[in-house]
Amino acid sequence: MIAEIGQYVLIAALVLAAIQAVVPLWGAARGEAGLMAVGDRTAIAQAAALLIAFAALTHGFVTSDFSLQIVFQNSHSLKPMLYKVSGVWGNHEGSMLLWVLVLALFSAAVAVFGRNLPPTLKARVLSIQAMIGFAFIAFIIFTSNPFARLSPAPLDGTGLNPLLQDPGLAFPPPLLYLGYVGFSMAFSFAIAALIEGRVDAAWGRWVRPWTLAAWTFLTGGIALGSWWAYYELGWGGWWFWDPVENASFMPWLFGTALLHSSIVVEKRDALKSWTILLAILTFSMSLLGTFLVRSGVLTSVHAFATDPERGVFILAILAIAIGGALTLFAVRAPGMKGGGLFAPVSREGALVANNMLLTLAAATVLLGTLYPLILEALSGGESRVSVGPPFFNATFGPIMVPLVLLMALGPLMAWKRGNLRTASRKLVPAAIAALLAIGVTFLAVPDGPGLAPFAMGLAAWLGAGTIAEWGGRIKLFTSSPTVSLRRLSGQPRSASGMSLAHLGLAIMIVGITGSSAWRTELVTTLSPGQTVEGAGYAVTLESVTEGRGPNYSFERGALRIEENGEFVTTMFTERRFFPVANQTTTEAGIRTTLLSDLYGVIGERGRTPETANAWTVRFFVNPLVPWIWLGALVMVFGGLLSLSDRRHRVGAPRRAANAVPTTNKPPTQPMPAPAE
Amino acid sequence: MRRLVVILPVALFAALLGVMVALLTDGERNNDPSRLPSPLVGKPVPEFSLPAIADNIPGGFSTDDLKGHVTVVNVFASWCIPCLAEHPLITQLAADGVRVYGINHRDKSADAITWLRRHGNPYRAIGFDADARASLEWGVTGVPETFIIDANGVIAYKHAGPITPDVLERKILPKLREVEGG
Repeated sequence: MIAEIGQYVLIAALVLAAIQAVVPLWGAARGEAGLMAVGDRTAIAQAAALLIAFAALTHGFVTSDFSLQIVFQNSHSLKPMLYKVSGVWGNHEGSMLLWVLVLALFSAAVAVFGRNLPPTLKARVLSIQAMIGFAFIAFIIFTSNPFARLSPAPLDGTGLNPLLQDPGLAFPPPLLYLGYVGFSMAFSFAIAALIEGRVDAAWGRWVRPWTLAAWTFLTGGIALGSWWAYYELGWGGWWFWDPVENASFMPWLFGTALLHSSIVVEKRDALKSWTILLAILTFSMSLLGTFLVRSGVLTSVHAFATDPERGVFILAILAIAIGGALTLFAVRAPGMKGGGLFAPVSREGALVANNMLLTLAAATVLLGTLYPLILEALSGGESRVSVGPPFFNATFGPIMVPLVLLMALGPLMAWKRGNLRTASRKLVPAAIAALLAIGVTFLAVPDGPGLAPFAMGLAAWLGAGTIAEWGGRIKLFTSSPTVSLRRLSGQPRSASGMSLAHLGLAIMIVGITGSSAWRTELVTTLSPGQTVEGAGYAVTLESVTEGRGPNYSFERGALRIEENGEFVTTMFTERRFFPVANQTTTEAGIRTTLLSDLYGVIGERGRTPETANAWTVRFFVNPLVPWIWLGALVMVFGGLLSLSDRRHRVGAPRRAANAVPTTNKPPTQPMPAPAE
Repeated sequence: MRRLVVILPVALFAALLGVMVALLTDGERNNDPSRLPSPLVGKPVPEFSLPAIADNIPGGFSTDDLKGHVTVVNVFASWCIPCLAEHPLITQLAADGVRVYGINHRDKSADAITWLRRHGNPYRAIGFDADARASLEWGVTGVPETFIIDANGVIAYKHAGPITPDVLERKILPKLREVEGG
């Protein structure tokens, strides 16, 4: 019964999306306020309808209603409650429902918080959002109905992909969706601006917070996803350039570029066509990611749906949305007025360079992801190649080097016309830090890869440069501590957020360098009681015990780690077998300190009689690897801090001015800003 | 110049779209798992011998049983949802007079018996392959998989993934006719 309610409200959401796609757009074209206002109500109603549908589906999972096909396929009565709930989006149908729900929530947010947007812009934005929503809700209803029933109802379900039964994977999808569906806002604003034929500084100011929010979520989602890959896949790696990872990384790269170019639009009224194009491309990458993952064109651990019909449907959506947007861009962009001029050496110039590098990086990842597909299409399926990490490492890394070098310099430049000499003087501490880092690294690990010290130098350059810039803003050490403290509290949060995000990247580079340059690995076969020495440690397989979890059986290996004869830790690693899904997963044993991770997993038991009591044991020392996620955390925090900046709350002065006649503020309150 | 530059993105996208369409609509390869090349096609069936699931279920068969007639070998398991989805089509094939053999892959006998009782047993004989050893010989990468064997005991065709009405019409039946004709 509840599932049927879900089905009805889903159809209602489709109808609401259709109304919202047409009526406000028409109203905006004719200048009728009444028609434009319809969008607000439909947006909120659509979000409510999808929330009910999502709740209905969640109810089906929580109560293990196996008459629902997707519950049967993706859940099991023995499954822990957390994974019953995460099972809602751990499958194709449910994850698409979450996708449209997030989209509708963003639209509703525009309807509610966008009171001070010009009415025509708002109406058009909501209409574009509804078009996307309509397409995807139709996709769900016609090709992937989450509420399909099974008759007779099976007695029990067939479980969730056990690899996905993990807290590290239960939460990234919602975060990732908040991220890349969030970029739909920038897209809708871009299309609306193209229709209006007007992009100004105010437009940039409206787009920025949405982009920033989406970027923050996406950063968090990607970081959590890579953390999951790190401890669940049992290979000691944390990023595999897997197409599904790339699908979330490409919107991140474009989104990062967009974030920076929209600053130029806001502050300097320049780079307008480019920013519009970036907004379109960023969301296009989100759509492309959805297509690649959902169509089964690529197969990877994460792809749950392999169905050509769905692929064709999403491809049609892609063709209309991206093709339409880019065509509109081609028609309208040449007519757009260019904005303020600036010298090549200036903050704008640095941001343009940032944009070019980020776009190049994104294009590289795109090429690496699509090249195997293109080659396959051209050769008629004869050649299937895979482009692995070597390609990405060889191309992506070199692009990052100038980007990071510039990142320390950019914030020190003045708008419009910068002075390279003044800026570089401020970078002296950064240069010293970089040289120091190179020297220290070289002395500490002389036999590591030759490039590693320079990578550490790069991180130090960025970190020190960022801190120096931040310190300069609050006059740290150049003025009395009280002055610095006062200036600190007076800092706009968006500026501090920027510093934090840049610092986060510096921290992350340290982690990436450490874990890829100095990782040591030990693979061997051990029987309980045996010890092996390597990677600077002595590893003893103390015991292997068998046991049962809620819906799996496991072998738990206890690894005793000693360094120079001294006990370090005993870590537990599990190999879990899920009989319902007939799959095995590994849980790595990890002991982490801020400086490195010790990482151990047990593999298969030997098959021959002589090795029947022996297990494959892999032991890694991953130096500095926690810094990767620490860096990501700092970046996310920077994003949140910047989001909390009052200046992002668009038009706040105007709202305060309107509030004057209706409220009696005590005279001690600061005066509201004068009406414009 | 500026006009050319703004047209570039849409032109590139159109090219990309063409590739995607080619990938998705090419009927031969639209389902990823079935595109895995099979080195066994054109080779004689591997040497194997499998027991029956239980005494009251027709079964146990080996390499020699697959010689002398055109046969279909379907690898299935009670825990596999796509197998359930294709089961009516397998049943139909058997009803049309095709000799269909089943390999019960990584299953528990009790589960398999219940499954067959519930959904019907169209198989001429079923080999019980609990440890997937025979499946390994057959190069089975997952269930369901379906093989067509010609009268000489040579594997003529392999389909990985469930048989849909579309696959049956466009691949299995034509191949069966071809093998029977030749």
